[in-house]
Amino acid sequence: MSESEKPVSFQSYVKTCAYVFAGVLIATSLMIYASFLPHYGWPTKVSIILTIAAVNAFLVAGYLMHLLSEKKLVYTVLAFTVFFVIGLAGLTLWAMSDFPVGTAVH
Amino acid sequence: MEIPYTVQNRPDTGLYNAKLGIWLFLASEVMLFGGLFSAYVLLRAGAEPGMWPHGWLNVTLGTVNTLLLALSAITTLLAWAACKVRDFGKFKFFHACTILLALSFLGIKSYEYHDKFIHYEIALADGTFADGHLKEKSADFDLKKKTGTVTIEGHIVEDRKELMDLRTEEAKKAVHKEIEIKAADIKKMQNYGPWHNTFTAIYFTMSGLHALHILGGTLVIFYLWGPGSKMWKTDPERFTNRIEVSGLFWHFVDLVWIFLFPVMYLT
Repeated sequence: MSESEKPVSFQSYVKTCAYVFAGVLIATSLMIYASFLPHYGWPTKVSIILTIAAVNAFLVAGYLMHLLSEKKLVYTVLAFTVFFVIGLAGLTLWAMSDFPVGTAVH
Repeated sequence: MEIPYTVQNRPDTGLYNAKLGIWLFLASEVMLFGGLFSAYVLLRAGAEPGMWPHGWLNVTLGTVNTLLLALSAITTLLAWAACKVRDFGKFKFFHACTILLALSFLGIKSYEYHDKFIHYEIALADGTFADGHLKEKSADFDLKKKTGTVTIEGHIVEDRKELMDLRTEEAKKAVHKEIEIKAADIKKMQNYGPWHNTFTAIYFTMSGLHALHILGGTLVIFYLWGPGSKMWKTDPERFTNRIEVSGLFWHFVDLVWIFLFPVMYLT
């Protein structure tokens, strides 16, 4: 049974939402803090910030969208999506260093 | 005519039709935004050293918008939970909160856009650059005929690269004052709209598309809060499913912003 089919306790949802909001607040603060860190290069900062953003996204998707307890078909749809997004992004980035001879502009 | 599986789950998929439908739609949305994020990475990685802007967007406003959207995601979930426990009053309250939070988000976004449209970079004939917010144009101002003057609240820099990173100590120390410039001294004048450079182009494209999603979602939520809520009296289960489906879309819009905010405002 997925989360949305279980009997709902409104108070438990209020509690979950409070924890998620606190999590989002902390994650957002950490991202901003990380972006102003001196002595770190751009790649390091971006890695830290995007990792925190992924945690933030997990909180929203996992708890607010009930993805932690969904039906198998939803996971299948998402698995295909992740596969195609990685393919889309990967091919685009791969193409960056694959200009035909004599056509690269920089 | 009664449409099957609007309330009960289909035995083969284990989901009611609208829920499977929204997940498939969200999958296509992931592809859409995934393509745009890839384009962003491509543009960012391909930028000349020192020519990709930093600090051009207001982090405070972006943070406020992040929290507004997170709060609206929570009120959406609570509106659905209220439907599940058959408390229509609470549903009305939480969905009204979602609408107000969404409108606040759009209001702040509009302010940010307006700020970019009145912000000008002016290439001067002596090779320097004036940069600032437009205060006034004289009545006879005409760039082509080279008549009149324009007044901005800003500063003048020697090198255009100085305008790229507004987080440096030098940029923070820059004194902004009213500057009156004759049209005859202007080589080129352009605001920070989508046409300004690659950063503003991708920023307006991605945040604009996201704002359109917010607008669309708000309209749907408003319908379900207002005229669409009549269904509560006749078919509360089906209505609750509609709230869940619209909520999933709303959470997705929040998810996009969770990545858009750090990518555009912080990196």
